[in-house]
Amino acid sequence: MLLLAFDTATPAITAAVHDGTAVVAESTVVDARRHGELLLPSVDKVLAEAGASLSDVTGVVVGVGPGPYTGLRVGLVTAAAFGDALGVPVHGLCTLDGLAHAAGASGTVGEGPFVVATDARRKEVYWARYEGPGRRVTDPAVDRPADIAERVAGLPAVGAGAALYPEVFTDVRPPADQSAGALASLAAQRLATGGEFLPALPLYLRRPDAQVPAGYKAVLPK
Amino acid sequence: MAGSDSPVVLGIESSCDETGAGLVRDGVLLGHAVASSMDEHARFGGVVPEIASRAHVHAMGPVVRQALAEAGLRLADVGAVAVTTGPGLSGALQVGVAAAKSYAYTLGVPLYGVHHLAGHVAADTLEHGPLPDPCMVLIVSGGHTSLLLVRDLARDPIIHLGDTLDDAAGECFDKVARVLGLPYPGGPAIDRAAREGDPDAIRFPRPLTGPRDDRYAFSFSGLKTAAARWAEAHNGGSLHVADAAASLQEAVADVLTRKAVTACRDHDVKTLVVVGGVAANSRVRALAQERCAAAGIELRVPPLKLCTDNGAMIAAVGDLLVRAGAQPARLDVSIDPSAPLEHATLHPVAAPAAPRVA
Ligand SMILES: Nc1ncnc2c1ncn2[C@@H]1O[C@H](COP(=O)(O)OP(=O)(O)O)[C@@H](O)[C@H]1O
Ligand SMILES: [Mg+2]
Repeated sequence: MLLLAFDTATPAITAAVHDGTAVVAESTVVDARRHGELLLPSVDKVLAEAGASLSDVTGVVVGVGPGPYTGLRVGLVTAAAFGDALGVPVHGLCTLDGLAHAAGASGTVGEGPFVVATDARRKEVYWARYEGPGRRVTDPAVDRPADIAERVAGLPAVGAGAALYPEVFTDVRPPADQSAGALASLAAQRLATGGEFLPALPLYLRRPDAQVPAGYKAVLPK
Repeated sequence: MAGSDSPVVLGIESSCDETGAGLVRDGVLLGHAVASSMDEHARFGGVVPEIASRAHVHAMGPVVRQALAEAGLRLADVGAVAVTTGPGLSGALQVGVAAAKSYAYTLGVPLYGVHHLAGHVAADTLEHGPLPDPCMVLIVSGGHTSLLLVRDLARDPIIHLGDTLDDAAGECFDKVARVLGLPYPGGPAIDRAAREGDPDAIRFPRPLTGPRDDRYAFSFSGLKTAAARWAEAHNGGSLHVADAAASLQEAVADVLTRKAVTACRDHDVKTLVVVGGVAANSRVRALAQERCAAAGIELRVPPLKLCTDNGAMIAAVGDLLVRAGAQPARLDVSIDPSAPLEHATLHPVAAPAAPRVA
């Protein structure tokens, strides 16, 4: 088994190769506005580091968000094209689950409750609540931190979105950034245990901004 | 001919509301498919960028597969990939570029970034063969009205003779259509309504056609205002939409074709190519035909289905670039939402973000 994993739903452009047992190569760059530019070079780099060729890849793992739209789409479109061209399955995972898995693996959270929060811009966060790193107990949501303050009060919080609002997330723990290595490990675990994946479709959680023009505006000059 | 030595080029287009994929080899169109999110924008009276971007994600894979099926080819047969890198809506462009990079990388073939307007120019080669060097190109679409002097499209810089100073011709049609209560997109609606109208009913202005005006510049916002003023003045029952549509269409077609023929004469160019969505307009076509014939100029207009945005035209540029030995793009090639047309290739570079303070 050789998994190629990547995630572009946060400011990080992260890619990794996992051989079914361990992460064999990983690259993470934080550059919130260059996902489209940096993803393929990162993929190329981790495959080279792993000494793997494309024909060795048995599956693609991709973070489906939630996340800011333009970056998120880059990862999902890339995953779909890779799946198509290589003839391998594409496994979607919630981006927040990747961060939760990473926090669990590094021991910054235990089996108790915690939250993961990433930056949703516009003064909002994408977030979900967990009971232990492998058990998400709420659907991913997008909210203003002040509106969820009671529900996250006192809980450990993982992710760069939490660090932006210290008045709401009072116990921020690492990691801040998404890791494709963690995402790949989670996928390998699910594949081994027959766990489920999400369809490789973007989780936007918001409707597109589209204002219906307010009637016909006169084009006549004053 | 080195025919079969040339690779099959996959072209991908996603600059606005159409997701297109096309396959071209040696100037021959092998297959193409287009999906449009136009219906989703209709109630907003214009393209909503985020809606367009979301639709591209869903349409991209199916459109590529459909184009391949139409050509009777498989992905493994693709020998080069070309993609629109600008101008256009940034989020929409990113979808096509991500897909194109992935196909090029996984297939191990070169990638070429293409200027969208060069695609519109090249569309005509798929129907009428190679463009003569030089030729005059009139691009008339929803976003552009330009006169270009084109030599070798794949090798030489493109000379921009003139542009619109304000609205594009298609935009003028779209906006006036709204004033007249016609559906979106307005261009085709005006064309249909005009069939029943009298083109001489209203004498709309012919902007920038005076002796002292820039010979190759266009302006359509005054025309739009005149049409709106006329509509408001006649909105008490006597509003004759067909006459207004026919008269507006006549004014636009007159200005476009007059300036294009003048440009050909001035530069001693014997071929005029009219491309872009407005080239679908029946009166623009007829008047261009008439005036070109009178001036001894050959008129070329791509078939309707290749006039609007599509992937085949991008593949056509890619095919020319491959055969001209052009330099492919790097994997970190970016997009440029407002790139001027200087060359057929467009390989923007994005600057890194300032390092984050941890
Ligand atoms: N028959 C027609 N008559 C006039 N305008 C038309 C006709 N068909 C399409 N258009 C116009 O063409 C434009 C779309 O062309 P397109 O090349 O897709 O433009 P762009 O890519 O710049 O948006 C729209 O403004 C539309 O109203
Ligand atoms: Mg166009």
